[in-house]
Amino acid sequence: MPLALEARGITKRFPGVLANDKVDFQLEQGEIHALLGENGAGKTTLMNILYGLYKADEGEILVDGKPITMTDPKDAIRHGIGMVHQHFMLVPVMTVAENVMLGDETPTPRSAWMGPLSHLNVKAVEEKIRELSTRYGLAVDPTEYVQTLPVGVQQRVEIIKVLYRDARILILDEPTAVLTPQEAQDMFKIMQSLVDQGVSIIFITHKLKEVLAIADRITVMRAGRVVGSTTPAQATEAQLAAMMVGREVILEVKKGEAQPGAEILKVENLSVIDDRKHKAVRGVSFAVSAGEVLGVAGVQGNGQTELVEAITGLRKAESGHIHLGDTDLVNHAPRWVFEHGTAHVPEDRQKHGLVLSYSVRDNLTLVSYYQPPFSKGGVLEEDFIAANAAKLIKEFDIRTPSAQTAVSTLSGGNQQKVIVARELNRPVKLLVAAQPTRGLDVGSIEFIHHRIIEQRDAGCAVLLASAELDEILSLSDRVAVMYKGEILDILPIKEATRERVGLLMAGVQEQR
Amino acid sequence: MDWSTLLSLAPSILASALRTATPIALAAYSGVLAERAGVVNIAIEGMMLMAAMVGDLAMLYTGSIWVGIFAGLLAAGVLALLHGALSITFKTDQIISGTAINIFAMGVTGFAYKRFLATPELSRPSPSTLQPIEIPLLKDIPVLGDVLFRNRPIVYAMLILTFVIWYALFKTPWGLRVRAVGEHPKAADTMGINVYRTRYISVFLSGLLAGLAGLWFSLEQVGHFDMLMTNGKGFIGLAAMIFGKWNPLGALAAALIFGLPEAVQINLAMSMPNVPYQFMSMIPYILTIIVLTGVVGRAVSPAADGTPYNKG
Repeated sequence: MPLALEARGITKRFPGVLANDKVDFQLEQGEIHALLGENGAGKTTLMNILYGLYKADEGEILVDGKPITMTDPKDAIRHGIGMVHQHFMLVPVMTVAENVMLGDETPTPRSAWMGPLSHLNVKAVEEKIRELSTRYGLAVDPTEYVQTLPVGVQQRVEIIKVLYRDARILILDEPTAVLTPQEAQDMFKIMQSLVDQGVSIIFITHKLKEVLAIADRITVMRAGRVVGSTTPAQATEAQLAAMMVGREVILEVKKGEAQPGAEILKVENLSVIDDRKHKAVRGVSFAVSAGEVLGVAGVQGNGQTELVEAITGLRKAESGHIHLGDTDLVNHAPRWVFEHGTAHVPEDRQKHGLVLSYSVRDNLTLVSYYQPPFSKGGVLEEDFIAANAAKLIKEFDIRTPSAQTAVSTLSGGNQQKVIVARELNRPVKLLVAAQPTRGLDVGSIEFIHHRIIEQRDAGCAVLLASAELDEILSLSDRVAVMYKGEILDILPIKEATRERVGLLMAGVQEQR
Repeated sequence: MDWSTLLSLAPSILASALRTATPIALAAYSGVLAERAGVVNIAIEGMMLMAAMVGDLAMLYTGSIWVGIFAGLLAAGVLALLHGALSITFKTDQIISGTAINIFAMGVTGFAYKRFLATPELSRPSPSTLQPIEIPLLKDIPVLGDVLFRNRPIVYAMLILTFVIWYALFKTPWGLRVRAVGEHPKAADTMGINVYRTRYISVFLSGLLAGLAGLWFSLEQVGHFDMLMTNGKGFIGLAAMIFGKWNPLGALAAALIFGLPEAVQINLAMSMPNVPYQFMSMIPYILTIIVLTGVVGRAVSPAADGTPYNKG
């Protein structure tokens, strides 16, 4: 197969970091080429160079075998390269059509001579979008405002944006990170139909199963270098993980039989209202004992978020009880809840878990700064706080240049480690973890999973809410499935097969 | 006072409302252009003052009102580019930059007034202002003719600009890019749009509009410059911008509402000797506070308004 795109010897330095070190990369025409690597391995940097957002310090880029110079995204677009960014580049208050034409506007024929002040030909753009959406199976209404669209549809808008510019090379930066399992399946169908019509795709991800399912070829990056290329037929998940991380990774969580003790958390008939005033949790009851993991499975948006928020004091419960040991913690403030022995790893780590502009050190003391020995008489004990941070950074292997570094500059995995370190650095009876490994790479996932099981074995009750079925099945001792705000069933792990839980997640209950 | 008097005064009140609304509307459009591109411009008041002073000074020394107008626009444009450099290139806080420019403009115009414009030896020719242009035929339409078609040039310019700016912002490629840059600059950047250049152009145009608003005071209304003669109208203009939801059509309506009380006061001062004129002057400010508290529906500013853009 001829090459659609080739990068030769790309080197890119940022202050203090060698982000890309003599990277060679080849994309054949009509293939799906997966680029695999941990966070910070240099995948996104390489793609930003191929899309003209960054300028490489060394190396050259060839399109269809001819070297090209690239100074900004306009050049990339002109050479038929399009990119769908991990964080969507859409203007929420504009319509689909406006977003699609932005930067490449079509004027009406009669006003074309007026250049930038010509009349936008919205009708023509909408027509072309409809055409593209039928041709590639990307259902989108061009007149809708982007902010009203679900994430999966917004992603289709991004792809249409690229196709509208006649791109033949498509870069997808972690396209499935924000999608539900169903949406991800749809995404794969779309990718396949694009390839069938001659588009070549670079697919960036760190989800091994996806790579093996859809890629034609796989290139793995680590620490700014390409460490190897392979095909799904020749590779296994374990091999790929080892290539990514540079050592053996245990993908299976090793854990012994649970030794459940006394009941720690007991939820009775709990109902919770969400932001849109809908009843998100409808009369839910369950219990978690010391030394066991209760997994809450369910497609995103079936009330898991609100359930966790009610238990951790972030959201008011409408009715019902939440007993933590002998105390009813319903409608108490978050501080009261965590002072009574609850640790919380929140779903949105950047919004609820960290103060992004604060240092690692200060984030590590957010739940304890006001108590001795962290402060005395209303004054912070800087020495103790610094020593505490140094200890936790070492113990939890938080990769940060220093304790004073702003937590916003760390990778997602290290940010999550900061949260876990802080939450487990005190005696806890109950650990509530929501989507604890979302967006993390295999190395960090392994670490977080290991810590969760360690807590369980130390006699802590663990409530784990996750949209990743694999995570639920490998960590839980019992699995509760939520659907439309209710718990349809709670299964012991031995009975919780993938098919059975999957059906429950879709709302299908067995006849008994 | 009876209803027939009031009715007979109506055309005159409406005409003054349009006149007093003119600088407010232009200031509002100035704000719309800058903020739609993501740059907060609270220096409009200072730019207006500077244009009013420089316009008068240039007219005085050259004898030409048109040179005055050109010089005034240029002065406001230069201040706008300074605001642009500070807030786009050097990424300073835009409120601080705007405040600094306002204080700077007050100082410079005050000094220039005392040094060049208020000296006793200065023999001013009789005040020269832009003269009303009566539009043939249209001026004879009852009521409407008096209100709309016997105005001075800047009033006409304001009315025409309302539609020009609305059209440019919402119907052209340029406007689409300006709005994208003000909402999500990174998205615009990835589509090959030069965020910095787009913002500079918008801020410069914003300065020209503020300049026109300032020239209304010295060269169209009064005929010479007075200290602090813009009298807070630049800030009222920002309130009209918010009231009008960052849309020139809405901003015009808001400016007319803000201009009406002053027009009533001018025309009825004689008929209502018992109402202190300060009460009427207060109304626009009270309306502004009511608007800002969000009574008239929540006004949502452009998402990246006031945030400097960092490329890469």
